[in-house]
Amino acid sequence: MEVGQLQKSFVDYTASLFREGFLDGQFSQLQQLQDESNPDFVVEVVSLFFEDSDKLLNDLTRALDQQNIDFKKVDAHVHQLKGSSSSIGAQRVKNACVAFRNFCEEQNVEACLRCLHQVKQEYLLVKSKLETLFTLEQQIITAGGAIPMME
Amino acid sequence: MESCNCIEPQWPADELLMRYQYISDFFIALAYFSIPLELIYFVKKSAVFPYRWVLVQFGAFIVLCGATHLINLWTFTMHSRTVAIVMTAAKVLTAAVSCATALMLVHIIPDLLSVKTRELFLKNKAAELDREMGLIRTQEETGRHVRMLTHEIRSTLDRHTILKTTLVELGRTLGLEECALWMPTRSGVELQLSYTLHHQNPFGFTVPIQLPVINQVFSTNRAVKISPNSPVAKLRPSGKYMQGEVVAVRVPLLHLSNFQINDWPELSTKRYALMVLMLPSDSARQWHVHELELVEVVADQVAVALSHAAILEESMRARDLLMDQNVALDLARREAETAVRARNDFLAVMNHEMRTPMHAIVALSSLLQETELTPEQRLMVETILKSSNLLATLINDVLDLSRLEDGSLQLDIEPFDLHGLFKEVINLIKPIASVKKLFVTLSMSSDLPEYAIGDEKRLMQIMLNVVGNAVKFSREGGISISASVAKSDSLRDPRAPDFFPVLSDNHFYLRVQVKDTGSGISPQDIPKLFTKFAQSQSLAAKNSGGSGLGLAICKRFVNLMDGHIWLESEGLGKGCTAIFMVKLGLRGRSNEAKLQYVSRAPVNHVRTNFTGLKVIVMDDNGVSRMVTKGLLVHLGCDVATVSSGDECLKVVNNEHKVVFMDVSIPGIDIYAVAVRIHEKFARRRDRPLIVALTGNTDRVTKESCMRVGMDGVILKPVSVDKMRSVLSELLDHGVLLEAQ
Repeated sequence: MEVGQLQKSFVDYTASLFREGFLDGQFSQLQQLQDESNPDFVVEVVSLFFEDSDKLLNDLTRALDQQNIDFKKVDAHVHQLKGSSSSIGAQRVKNACVAFRNFCEEQNVEACLRCLHQVKQEYLLVKSKLETLFTLEQQIITAGGAIPMME
Repeated sequence: MESCNCIEPQWPADELLMRYQYISDFFIALAYFSIPLELIYFVKKSAVFPYRWVLVQFGAFIVLCGATHLINLWTFTMHSRTVAIVMTAAKVLTAAVSCATALMLVHIIPDLLSVKTRELFLKNKAAELDREMGLIRTQEETGRHVRMLTHEIRSTLDRHTILKTTLVELGRTLGLEECALWMPTRSGVELQLSYTLHHQNPFGFTVPIQLPVINQVFSTNRAVKISPNSPVAKLRPSGKYMQGEVVAVRVPLLHLSNFQINDWPELSTKRYALMVLMLPSDSARQWHVHELELVEVVADQVAVALSHAAILEESMRARDLLMDQNVALDLARREAETAVRARNDFLAVMNHEMRTPMHAIVALSSLLQETELTPEQRLMVETILKSSNLLATLINDVLDLSRLEDGSLQLDIEPFDLHGLFKEVINLIKPIASVKKLFVTLSMSSDLPEYAIGDEKRLMQIMLNVVGNAVKFSREGGISISASVAKSDSLRDPRAPDFFPVLSDNHFYLRVQVKDTGSGISPQDIPKLFTKFAQSQSLAAKNSGGSGLGLAICKRFVNLMDGHIWLESEGLGKGCTAIFMVKLGLRGRSNEAKLQYVSRAPVNHVRTNFTGLKVIVMDDNGVSRMVTKGLLVHLGCDVATVSSGDECLKVVNNEHKVVFMDVSIPGIDIYAVAVRIHEKFARRRDRPLIVALTGNTDRVTKESCMRVGMDGVILKPVSVDKMRSVLSELLDHGVLLEAQ
């Protein structure tokens, strides 16, 4: 595919992500931080995010599976997840986490399980979206182009 | 009688009888004639006899009786009728006169008898007078003796001499064999023989004071005769045949306090000495009343003399004491004068000596500021400049305290940034507050003008003093400062009835309240607070330092600014609120032309180059940590990341300029870490600035961060621009004033 086209699809795709609320301004900040001295900054951060989140979600699932649910621990995990997701700008994940936390405070098991489900869903969505984005980036680079900056 | 007319022979046989009658009549007549002569003779001699008329009568009677008897001589023989007539006449006359005399005598003889009784009466009277004369004489003699004794006793004021003289003189006057004085011992339980007339050194002879004989003597002020065998009288070698009578009398020992003029204490003295007087033995002398009286009087005199001696001793002692005190006072006065002189000299010298280096520091620091400096150097120089400016002001004001009091100090009225001033105060006080783990909050009311006209330095000094005191006396909690424009109803303060603020268009009253949670002040100490050099005992005891000059200076400045300052406290331990109001000028339109003011924090001066700035990022969330690190690396910083407080403390050193901490890390007490960082770096210069990254900037979080001494709070998410301006402000001003 042509570089220009790749770049255009990249831009469109990114814009759609923003439009649909998967990502927010924080992500563009991250992109801004990427420069010659730090070329893979975004990828590194996002990869780290995926790792952390996977672990966190597993922990959450396990924690909510217990007979006596330790809501404090659950809350701690959710808090971490919220932090991570807001750091990279995964807006919908973050929002889901906020709701999750409220139910944790109320110690509402049903709602928490529902929220966990929600969070997982959002996470998987944003994960796939980002992976697609990165693939696009790789394609552009292999094609010899430069990653266009988002306004 | 019928006589015969015969011529009878001379001297018949009855003629013996006749002859005898004849001779008797003759002699009777003679006697009768001579008695009146005698009477007349003696009456003439005496000239006192009042009854002349009676004498005449008597004389007449006697004469006539004599005449009768004489004429009788002629009737023995024949006599003529003439003789008979004469005889008859004589007899008649005699009868008349004698009867008259008899009658007269009836009247006279009682009189004469009464003369006798009068004479007896007079004789008795004379005897009585004689007796009394004798008494008076003895009394007079006694008096003379007493006077003489008293004179002897009172001629000295030495106690020992008085007592000795008493005994000697008494002995002499009364002719005593022995005279002794027993004094009560210090314990008052015994009487000790102190002085005697003839014994030398009567040492150690004591007698218990509770003997009945002694009680008897002590119970009355009369001299009492006591038995020679009583213990107090056993002073002479026994064996004498007949002991002389002994008399004892009490001698009151008056204390100085008992001796009142015109009020002879009867019962208040409890201490008596005993004087024992013994008449010579083997003489039949008895104690006479007048002698006893003499003894009593002498005893009283001795008491008086002793008390006089005591008074004299006392007054000598007091005089010596006064003299010593005078000397001491004089010395103290001279020392005080020297101290004052020394202080003045010191002030005069320091005035010059201290100002010179101070000015050098200030001038050179400000020059240094103009040169090329690294951010750290600039920070250092600014701190130096700020501190030295402060110091210079302090020196000037302490040395000018006298000028303050004279009232010749003048304020430098200039426009200045009021908001900036408060922030500056916060900046300067925060390090101290954070070391003591006190939070400092500032709230400025919305109508507080940004700029005002007044003496910025002095206002700063007032603020720093008040806030500094608040910090100094608080061990926990914090200080909250609030500044507002005083409204007219709050301008009048019941505590300051003579403070009449006048509002005008060009001026406003700044009201500043500094509330602390410290040790408080007890209500009775509050008036003393503004006194120079006065510190209440509890404050001084805490050794909080300071000379107590601060509040006095503040008060002066506040007064110069037409304001008022006061402190309120509910008591010890309940904190304290300092409130002051000062009049400041408004920066109105008319003043703008004069404005030389330059904004202190120009917005367009944002640094862009933070190359090599060493920072630490503390965050346990890997993603967020990485993001923050990336942010900072992008700006050129040299970032070290840690994920826990302990790691942070291990890694941090004085090369790091900023530490970014994510506040939302659970399980780690961020605040503790901040405090530990403060502790680790004692000097502000070495310490990295601490900035909290948090997802929410509610008041509680902000206050908590400020309380532990963080220099700023940033709301996540952080953009590059935000981080840039944050770093810029941190490095320029050393503090993040608003949470970005």
